[in-house]
Amino acid sequence: MEWEFKSGAPIYQQIVLAVKFRIANGTYPPGSKFPAVRELALEAGVNPNTMQRALAELEREGLLMTVRTSGRLVTGNEERLRMLRMELGNSFIGDMFVNLRRLGLSDEEIVEAVRSWRQEAADRGKSLPDEIDGQAGTPASVKEGQNI
Amino acid sequence: MSIFACQNLTKRYGKLTALDNIDLELESGRIVGLLGPNGSGKTTLIKLANRLLQPTSGSILIDGKAPGVESKKNIAYLPDKEYLPDWMNTRQLMHFYGDFYEDFDPQRATVMLASLDIPSDMVLKKMSKGTKEKVQLILTMSRRAKVYLLDEPIAGVDPAARDYILRTIIQNYEENSLVLISTHLIADVESVLDEAVFLKQGHIVLHKPADEIRTETGKSVDEYFREVFRC
Repeated sequence: MEWEFKSGAPIYQQIVLAVKFRIANGTYPPGSKFPAVRELALEAGVNPNTMQRALAELEREGLLMTVRTSGRLVTGNEERLRMLRMELGNSFIGDMFVNLRRLGLSDEEIVEAVRSWRQEAADRGKSLPDEIDGQAGTPASVKEGQNI
Repeated sequence: MSIFACQNLTKRYGKLTALDNIDLELESGRIVGLLGPNGSGKTTLIKLANRLLQPTSGSILIDGKAPGVESKKNIAYLPDKEYLPDWMNTRQLMHFYGDFYEDFDPQRATVMLASLDIPSDMVLKKMSKGTKEKVQLILTMSRRAKVYLLDEPIAGVDPAARDYILRTIIQNYEENSLVLISTHLIADVESVLDEAVFLKQGHIVLHKPADEIRTETGKSVDEYFREVFRC
């Protein structure tokens, strides 16, 4: 998976978010060994200090943990992972509301539209795409760094 | 005490003032971008740190020492020009470097040079510009120095070589050393920088953590640089 950084938002925050998505979608599986700082810095093409800062933040948030003998591990706490998915999901929902309000829809209409869209999709037996585009589905608001 | 400290540092060439009374302190463990357009004083500052030039007034101290024989033992310097004997092949260059610098790590250099796939008998003169730059950087980064001064390490090479060079820097610098990279190609280096120093006509107009610039301005360091230096 490629690392891409946008202008504006601090790089360490963008790394935090990218790693959260990777933990949520299982690229870094629960309980697995997390790559070393320098290795990951090299992969992302960033300063090791920046990577260190991002990983420290992820530790503070309980998504990574340092174990004395085996380095850094991804959390295996299912409840924490569920919260993470909700947190990331909420940012997509926030974006959807922002965009649809811009189109002039009321919140009630948006909720109704979501319900009927889901129903129609189910009726046609369509499966949902796994990924919308190559971006691992980062919502626009987080990309621009407003919602972090 | 800062590993790199300038106080009231001024350098004049005749009537031209290249550096005008600058104060600058840089700490170990950081990668710092020395950023400015052509003629802003970047190379002058780096040459002062290597005693290739003498200050007109003021002082510059590297690890507490004035630039000289002792300080050079701790400074790995990549000049902005080709400086190595161009009739040497990589094996000869390694001996040459090993003779000059006690902290040169030949094993590290051997591994990196091997990955470039240069024929062992090819002399520097016959190499492409990108390869020459890579060889020079590999020799510089194979020293276990306290300070790395890299003057325009990515100028004039293709994007793939640029990536290679930046990765080589990240991979090899000593964790408690200072890396100072001078360049006007900000976009290419900004993701590896801890701090940015903007140099404009011999003055330091900004010295800040790169992520702080991004937070405060809502712009990339590159975009902000273009704004500060708009002609």
